[in-house]
Amino acid sequence: MKKKTSSVWTHIRRSPYQSFAAVLTMFITFLLTGIFLLTTSLSFAILQYFESKPQLTVFFMEKAGKAEADALTITLDATEKVASTKFVSKEEALAIYKEQNKNDPLLLEMVTADILPASLEVTAKDPRYLAELEPIMKQADGVEEVVFQKDVVDSLLSWTNAIRNVGGVLAILLAMDSLLIIMTVIGMKIALKKEEIDILKLIGASPWYIRMPFILEGGVYGVTGAFAAWIVIMALVVGFRAHIVSFLGAIPVIQTVLGDMLSTTSLLISGGFLVSMVLFGFLLGAVGSLVSLGRYIKF
Amino acid sequence: MAHGCWTDRSFGMIQLIHVSKDYGSEKKALSDISVEIPDGDFVFLIGPTGAGKTTLLRLLTRELLPTEGQIIIDDEDISLVPESQLFLLRRKVGMVFQDLKLLMDRTVAENIAVGMEVLGKSEEEIEKGVVDVLGLVELADKANFFPVQLSQGEKQRIALARAIVAGPKVLLADEPTGNLDPETSEDILEILQEVNKMGTTVLVVTHNSLLVDAHKKRTLTMKEGEIVSDETKGKYRFTKRAHHTKKHEEHKEERKEHEKED
Repeated sequence: MKKKTSSVWTHIRRSPYQSFAAVLTMFITFLLTGIFLLTTSLSFAILQYFESKPQLTVFFMEKAGKAEADALTITLDATEKVASTKFVSKEEALAIYKEQNKNDPLLLEMVTADILPASLEVTAKDPRYLAELEPIMKQADGVEEVVFQKDVVDSLLSWTNAIRNVGGVLAILLAMDSLLIIMTVIGMKIALKKEEIDILKLIGASPWYIRMPFILEGGVYGVTGAFAAWIVIMALVVGFRAHIVSFLGAIPVIQTVLGDMLSTTSLLISGGFLVSMVLFGFLLGAVGSLVSLGRYIKF
Repeated sequence: MAHGCWTDRSFGMIQLIHVSKDYGSEKKALSDISVEIPDGDFVFLIGPTGAGKTTLLRLLTRELLPTEGQIIIDDEDISLVPESQLFLLRRKVGMVFQDLKLLMDRTVAENIAVGMEVLGKSEEEIEKGVVDVLGLVELADKANFFPVQLSQGEKQRIALARAIVAGPKVLLADEPTGNLDPETSEDILEILQEVNKMGTTVLVVTHNSLLVDAHKKRTLTMKEGEIVSDETKGKYRFTKRAHHTKKHEEHKEERKEHEKED
């Protein structure tokens, strides 16, 4: 193994520009694929959060409150189409706001309970009833706005799908590009070492003995590119963490993962992400080398 | 490895049975060659340039396939060995190439070690093997030299060392004394004889008639693609291919009888 490793290192060292091109291509592939993967995951987390929220939220005017909410609750219950209602007072809204923005003292200073509206969260027995319930709420006393959660979810869903589709296509194209670059680089290296390969064949080297250094070389390109991409992605995540948490901290998954980057969950997720990227990098590099070997060396 | 039809070890380590080879031209490079070289034999193969000596060696390492006939090495018809399994044949048949085929970017020790690395030997075994064989070819003090730093005779010894370190059953040497002075040639021959004493069948292609005369070994003479004489110590051994044809037919009969009995 020691010999094989040193042989791989010698291969890489003797043609540094080709090796750099291969690593750089792998790096770009994994960087963009990784960013798209994280963006898609983030979108799904946001989507799931909104899907789990009440289907309708009624926001009351500044001076309205518990009495208007109780009256509306009675009206809604009479329809027998409402599964549950929950009143959120101005004070409770402030408490939620404080929890969501606990890392940003500036935002906390600017807000008091007075400027946050009281609200009533409504869940229908069946989503089909929402259209019938909405006019009742809008006509009720003290109601300022009715937020239809379905609109938010639909909009998020279409964004998530778009990100996933564009990211998926781009990832496939980049992976193909990396594969072709690896095939070309390894092909050139095979051509450079043709004489040595012929000698090895004549002295009884098995096909795998000859193939292995090239496969490992392709794997090293993949692993290096993927590892470098992971470091950059992690640096981006750490850099944007405060902003993400301040905007999306209400979403439990985001709070768990990004709230404390040194928590066990956070470390496990970033470690798993690294292992997946490195494994996929090795696989991509090794497959590129194998295809090239099949093309240029006949056994 | 696929087994050939010949199972009688006593019939010889190397057998060529009505072997011909042509490269597409009118004149055949080898024409109906039949010869056997028993286990542990030491044989010189001589003849003028273009007689077919190197073609014969390349057939024995399966670099080429015969146009006609069979080549049996260690009981196996090597024409039947699939491409993917050729390395197993080449581990049995060591070769010292005319152009040496040394790896110029590796040291003497690394050039020899590669002969064992391809067999999957452990690092300890390789280290010991390299030290032993460097002692045999008397180049222990040049283990860390590169081939460009060596004389022609030393390079020949390295090529020889690489071929023997893997312990092949058969050793083929194509002009191992070419361009060497008589003393160095004699040294190379001594090493080959040492290897032969360990039980390896050795076939040496040479133009050096002085060397052949000095060592009273079996000598095959080729001319225009045919073996025209087979002598030991000046004693005529076979009359061209008549003997082999007869023996080949006898063996075929024996085989048929064995198959019936089975």
